[in-house]
Amino acid sequence: MLNNTRIRQLAGVALCLTAVALPAHAGKTLDTIKSRGELVCGVNVALAGFSAADSEGKWSGLDVDYCKALAAAILSDANKVKYVPLNAQQRFTALQSGEIDILSRNTTWTLTRDASLGANFVGTIYYDGQGFMVKKELKIASAKELNGATVCTQSGTTTEKNLTDYARANKLDIKPLVFEKNEAATGAYHSGRCEAYTTDASGLAAERTIAKNPDEHLILPEIISKEPLGPLVRRGDDEFFAISKWVLNALIEGEEYGLTQANLDEKKTSDDPNIQRILGTAEDMGTLLGLDKEWAYRALKATGNYGEIFERNVGKNSPLKLERGLNKLWNQGGILYAPPIR
Amino acid sequence: MLTWVRANLFNNIFNSALTLLLGTLLLYAFTHAWGWGISYAVWSADVEQCNAARGTGACWGVVAEKYRPIIFGRYPFAEQWRPFAATLLLMALLLVSCVRVFWQRWLVALWLGVLAVFFVLMHGGVFGLTQVDTDQWGGLPLTIALASLSVVGAFPLAVFLALGRVSALPVIRTLSTVYVELIRGVPLISVLFMASFLFPLFMPEGMSIDVLLRVLVAMILFAAAYLAEVMRGGLQAIPRGQYEAAASLGLTYWQTQRKIILPQALATVVPGIMNNFISTFKDTSLVTIVSLYELTGSLDIAVNSDPNWMPYKLEGYLFIAAIYFVFCFSLSRYSQWVERQVNRGKVH
Amino acid sequence: MTFWRNQKIRGWLYQFAALLLVALCVAVLADNTLENMRTRGIQSGFGFLSQPAGFDISESLFGFESTQPYWQAFLTGLGNTLKVALIGIILTTILGVLLGVGRFSQNILIRGLCLTYVEIFRNIPLLLQLLMWYLVCVEWLPTAREAEPFLGIYLTKAGLALPWFGDVPVKAGFGIKGGVTLSPEFFALLLGLTIYTASYIAEIVRSGIASVPRGQLEAALSLGLSRAQTMRLIQLPQALRVIIPPLTNQYLNLTKNSSLAVAVGYPELVSIANTSINQTGRAVECIAVIMAVYLTLSLLTSVLMNAYNRRAAIKER
Repeated sequence: MLNNTRIRQLAGVALCLTAVALPAHAGKTLDTIKSRGELVCGVNVALAGFSAADSEGKWSGLDVDYCKALAAAILSDANKVKYVPLNAQQRFTALQSGEIDILSRNTTWTLTRDASLGANFVGTIYYDGQGFMVKKELKIASAKELNGATVCTQSGTTTEKNLTDYARANKLDIKPLVFEKNEAATGAYHSGRCEAYTTDASGLAAERTIAKNPDEHLILPEIISKEPLGPLVRRGDDEFFAISKWVLNALIEGEEYGLTQANLDEKKTSDDPNIQRILGTAEDMGTLLGLDKEWAYRALKATGNYGEIFERNVGKNSPLKLERGLNKLWNQGGILYAPPIR
Repeated sequence: MLTWVRANLFNNIFNSALTLLLGTLLLYAFTHAWGWGISYAVWSADVEQCNAARGTGACWGVVAEKYRPIIFGRYPFAEQWRPFAATLLLMALLLVSCVRVFWQRWLVALWLGVLAVFFVLMHGGVFGLTQVDTDQWGGLPLTIALASLSVVGAFPLAVFLALGRVSALPVIRTLSTVYVELIRGVPLISVLFMASFLFPLFMPEGMSIDVLLRVLVAMILFAAAYLAEVMRGGLQAIPRGQYEAAASLGLTYWQTQRKIILPQALATVVPGIMNNFISTFKDTSLVTIVSLYELTGSLDIAVNSDPNWMPYKLEGYLFIAAIYFVFCFSLSRYSQWVERQVNRGKVH
Repeated sequence: MTFWRNQKIRGWLYQFAALLLVALCVAVLADNTLENMRTRGIQSGFGFLSQPAGFDISESLFGFESTQPYWQAFLTGLGNTLKVALIGIILTTILGVLLGVGRFSQNILIRGLCLTYVEIFRNIPLLLQLLMWYLVCVEWLPTAREAEPFLGIYLTKAGLALPWFGDVPVKAGFGIKGGVTLSPEFFALLLGLTIYTASYIAEIVRSGIASVPRGQLEAALSLGLSRAQTMRLIQLPQALRVIIPPLTNQYLNLTKNSSLAVAVGYPELVSIANTSINQTGRAVECIAVIMAVYLTLSLLTSVLMNAYNRRAAIKER
């Protein structure tokens, strides 16, 4: 005879079993995004100019704008993005596990990451390099003078290894002081525990702008590494990989052909076949990607072209005031070169 | 009065010397602390005044300026009445749960109900409340919610583990023992890392669980091991005769546990459970390491994001230390009171 | 009596079901993990341990070069963990016993002070205390360039530099060269762990002493022993049996709590493992290493303490 209690026990066991034995369902990322009606985008917790939330919880920045453009291309609405703030250590697992669709979090493209983390780099959205920031009162003009110095940095990044390599190559005795959180690393730098703070040059600029007296800090001229930053997608979904790649390319192409947020609609009548292809007025390139023909138009309409995104978030219209430098277009002295949309 | 002073402060030469020495030191420390914390301190949210008083007086202005981001974290400013109400509700429930006459069956139902209301208030998305995703939750509401949910969630698991550890069935006993010792042998932070980095890998593809939930599960699994040990102590204190009496009445194992053993065992270990709650409350501060911004983490964000107030982080730390202290101290006082009640019960 | 109602058979059934359930859960989780790693091309295995680490460690007992392999980096981290844990255990025991004994002082000032100490430090999270100590260390101390030595000792933001067998610390470049240096990270961690754990040990010692029957105290006093002698010769030794088991727990807690060093930048085991996770992406393996090490430490301590308990137990005659 089964009494009440035993039925309840059995039900509990059965529940446990079904919970762990849920069938693994493999879904195409694009279908998932469409049926969810939302793009889930992993971003930095707080990095001025790249991704930061204001007090209302509204996100902005270079990395954020890329997600908006992608959402506009896929879902026709740049606001249909759910931002998941991730720290340096969590980012790859979040992508691997499917918690996010795309990781747009100032992540450096390296062989190890590309080959062993189960992720594909979409492209480079910002060419960066690691630098040092010191207090002016130390009267240092070059990173070569950092012998014997303690340098603060955040763990979970490429910076620790770069720092070690640089110190070895230049026979400098540099003590790394590694913190779990970036706030702790910058806090230790500001309190004077470390002589220098090291991270990507853009991060240094961001840190300098929010320092109490930006003029007290100096960013040293040496750039000790190559840090091509870009978004990543999960491996095993070539369709979504392609979409992510070409949305980035469309933003860059858009700048090359002078398509801005403001003039986009009048350019729709342009005779230039390149522009016609991008905006989908002549050929339909979008279907090849699994989207419609206005995909790039929507992306550019939502965020503007790469140049506009850059200037708004990190360039001259922003507190960071970063130079375009390497991030100029290839025909303007930079290395930004998007394959043609054709 | 004089005799009291003689007996307690100056009863022999050694003690008299000690009293004088300590008294002077205390007086010195106290006047300095008073000067820094009270008389020279700046109370208004005025950076200029704070900078002027730096080194001589505390700048409590940082609290006046930043108390909302410190207490509510990144929760949208206009909606902060919601976490406020939700927290008040949860605290009221905690208070109710402390009163012995309310330890009834309906309390469990009340807990479930209040937790549901808490979630709805915090998360929104229904009843015209705008949706606020869990990554924007933070501050004191998160601390209190994590602590109470961990202990409440750990409770049933701990009961089974404790019963398992004193079970006559060798396999069940071994499994429970291995679990409890395994968890108690590793630091909480490694369990939190697991929740943050590894849980997603454990799940089948396409199934993702909110990071807050993952961390909560980790806290529950962790707290359950310690709670189980507390309960085991209570179970072992039950005289054999109780089991025999129950058996002679023809009660089954589960009936015996439910009606005879557990009520007695749990009543004796209420102070231990309270202490466990206090530890868990303090342990919630660790989730800031896996990027959930509870009270300690939200202070970091609130103060670090504003260079003007960054030099006054210590005052911020002292402020939240005071919050933690008030909670933990009152809980521990309550636990001591219950302990006395329980002990008195034993005499009768 | 039916088959189902047989107590013994039902017991075996329950056990079998429990075992099956646990095995199933483990199998499903392991299968999910392997499947996930395979489909996404995540590499796994402990092979990375013999690869060069490629990062520096700011402090180590026996020196560490970035060319050394990962397993040596882990050992360095473990060395740092043990260093802070052992020194912390010694200091916290002294402080805790003093505070616990202080609760029985005839001087009300001492009693009050000990009580206040315990209540304050027990009721504030350790992590917060660590952050505060670290902040105080690096915020209030002078920089190495401004510092003046006191008896050859430098106390600066770069740490505490002590003379060591004629090797006197001197200012050089950005920091202090020579002597023995304790970094502020180590110092803050040690201070935090010691002070926090001492508040628990004090309570253990207090209740241990309180468990010694009052008659013992009265008998000792009537024999003409002083109160200090009574405490040292009569009360404490008898309290020891009650004190030792929970004390061991506190030692283990202190060791486990040293993992909070990740917040203040002290490179102990968890911090090194964390860096390794990020450099290699081998999260499963690195977390397994952390857990295995701590479990071994716990096990070793319990074995040692059980041996001690057997020796310290009262020999009933």
